[in-house]
Amino acid sequence: MALKDITLGQYFPGNTIFHRMDPRTKILLTVAYIAALFLCINVPAYLLAIAVLAGAVAVSKVGVKAIVRGMRPVLVIVVITGVLNLFYTPGQEIWRLGFLRITVEGIWSAVFMILRIMLLITCTFLLTYTTSPILLTDGLEKLLSPLKAIRVPVHELAMMMSIALRFIPTLIEETDKIMSAQKARGADFESGNLVQRARALVPLLVPLFISAFRRADELAVAMECRCYHGGEGRTRLRQLRFQSFDVLALVLAALLIAAVVLLGRLPLLP
Amino acid sequence: MEVILETKHLSHVYSTGTPFERAALVDVDFTAYRGEYLGIIGHTGSGKSTLIQHLNGLLQPTGGQVLFDGKDIWESKERTRQTRFHVGLVFQYPEYQLFEETVYKDISFGPRNMGLDEGEVDRRVREAAQFVGLTEQQLQGSPFELSGGQKRRVAIAGVIAMEPEVLILDEPTAGLDPVGVEQILANIHDYHAAHNATIILVSHSMEEVARTVDRLVVVNDGRIPFSGVPREVFRHGEELERMGLGVPQMTRVFHRLKAMGLDIDPSVYTIAQARQAVLDYRARKGAR
Repeated sequence: MALKDITLGQYFPGNTIFHRMDPRTKILLTVAYIAALFLCINVPAYLLAIAVLAGAVAVSKVGVKAIVRGMRPVLVIVVITGVLNLFYTPGQEIWRLGFLRITVEGIWSAVFMILRIMLLITCTFLLTYTTSPILLTDGLEKLLSPLKAIRVPVHELAMMMSIALRFIPTLIEETDKIMSAQKARGADFESGNLVQRARALVPLLVPLFISAFRRADELAVAMECRCYHGGEGRTRLRQLRFQSFDVLALVLAALLIAAVVLLGRLPLLP
Repeated sequence: MEVILETKHLSHVYSTGTPFERAALVDVDFTAYRGEYLGIIGHTGSGKSTLIQHLNGLLQPTGGQVLFDGKDIWESKERTRQTRFHVGLVFQYPEYQLFEETVYKDISFGPRNMGLDEGEVDRRVREAAQFVGLTEQQLQGSPFELSGGQKRRVAIAGVIAMEPEVLILDEPTAGLDPVGVEQILANIHDYHAAHNATIILVSHSMEEVARTVDRLVVVNDGRIPFSGVPREVFRHGEELERMGLGVPQMTRVFHRLKAMGLDIDPSVYTIAQARQAVLDYRARKGAR
């Protein structure tokens, strides 16, 4: 079943240095890397960014296959971005057919744009593949906790996020099951025009919603039974602690940004 | 006996080509005869759910064939779809698939998908409702106002209304109270008797299966190690225990007696059989 093959945001357990790194470090590294990507403006800078990410992927032991598979759903966006950049960048024209024209600047900007999106996605995959959803939300909560001062409900948002992440696989499985059950009664999800297909979804969506509400209700009761009442005064089983390699990684990230900016100043081709 | 449903060298591998690749069925030859009451038994993850989802074409084999009435059910798209009407499958916890405003409409979902005319749909819905003991008043009410056991009977009626020649039920009594269990088993028995339908009951409870089925198929690790009448299967008491299945309590007692050195038949599973076995033993001993 195709539904089961969704890998977006799936955690691959492991014991590499990336898996053991503090989630806050990983989130900061990701942000730093994305920032660096947007500061890249020439070939050497991109080469450096690619090299750094390739190294990180190798260290994390997340297979190239898994990343390629995860890339598939966003391929359309990548292609569209590439095409738009290719045809709509003004500059020195080298080819023309009617209203379509390709410029030297267009080629460069298409290549850079595609690279940028792919690197961006790969780097966020690296984060979600090596960090369990629980740790990820823990890290986010900790990083955003200063916002509590201006009354942002950080803990509640983090809790909502962990619950949502936790239930994605459950709901996928449930959808699969209900689909099979209705197919066994002759339901047809694959043929007919748009209206017919939309109507065919009713026997799937009604039970799915009912079950989601039931689960939410049960979960709320279970949480209340354990005296859950929000983030106030809540302690943690696992305290997040920065280690020496966390500091090292952050320093390296800062160096990467500096290097990218410096490379951008080199008087090289685009 | 006439074969109605069979698999030949059926294999199924999940998630081929990924790190999660797993063989759920390995070269399985399974046969169901017309009109028999068959039990499939196996613990969680043994492959029994995968097997039954092949029998009505919900899963496509990665190797081998599934034959209904001697014809491959994957021969054409239309045949696969028709097979789903001939081989009715009731999933585990089927009450979670109800979706219509009234019980009547929900039961009629299957027959309507078959393209039957209004009069025939009505007849089937009413007959199916009768099989599972739903009243006229309940038919017009919302399925979501019923109790758990009643909901499950509505869901089973939804499959029975298609009047399948083979009715497969996956753990139909899971999570019900003893009265609910008896009612469901009686409903299934009534359908079996009235339509001479083949019933395939999937369960992990030896006690339940032992007292209802004519023949038993054991699934373990994606294969079928034993099949036959319950007494034949229960002779393999030790192997069954090792598969984590166990045997009915009565059978276990007699296996123990045999292990203690008594020359007694250990395959019994009802009180009547046990009485007979004890009498036979005494007669033999007396004769000596």
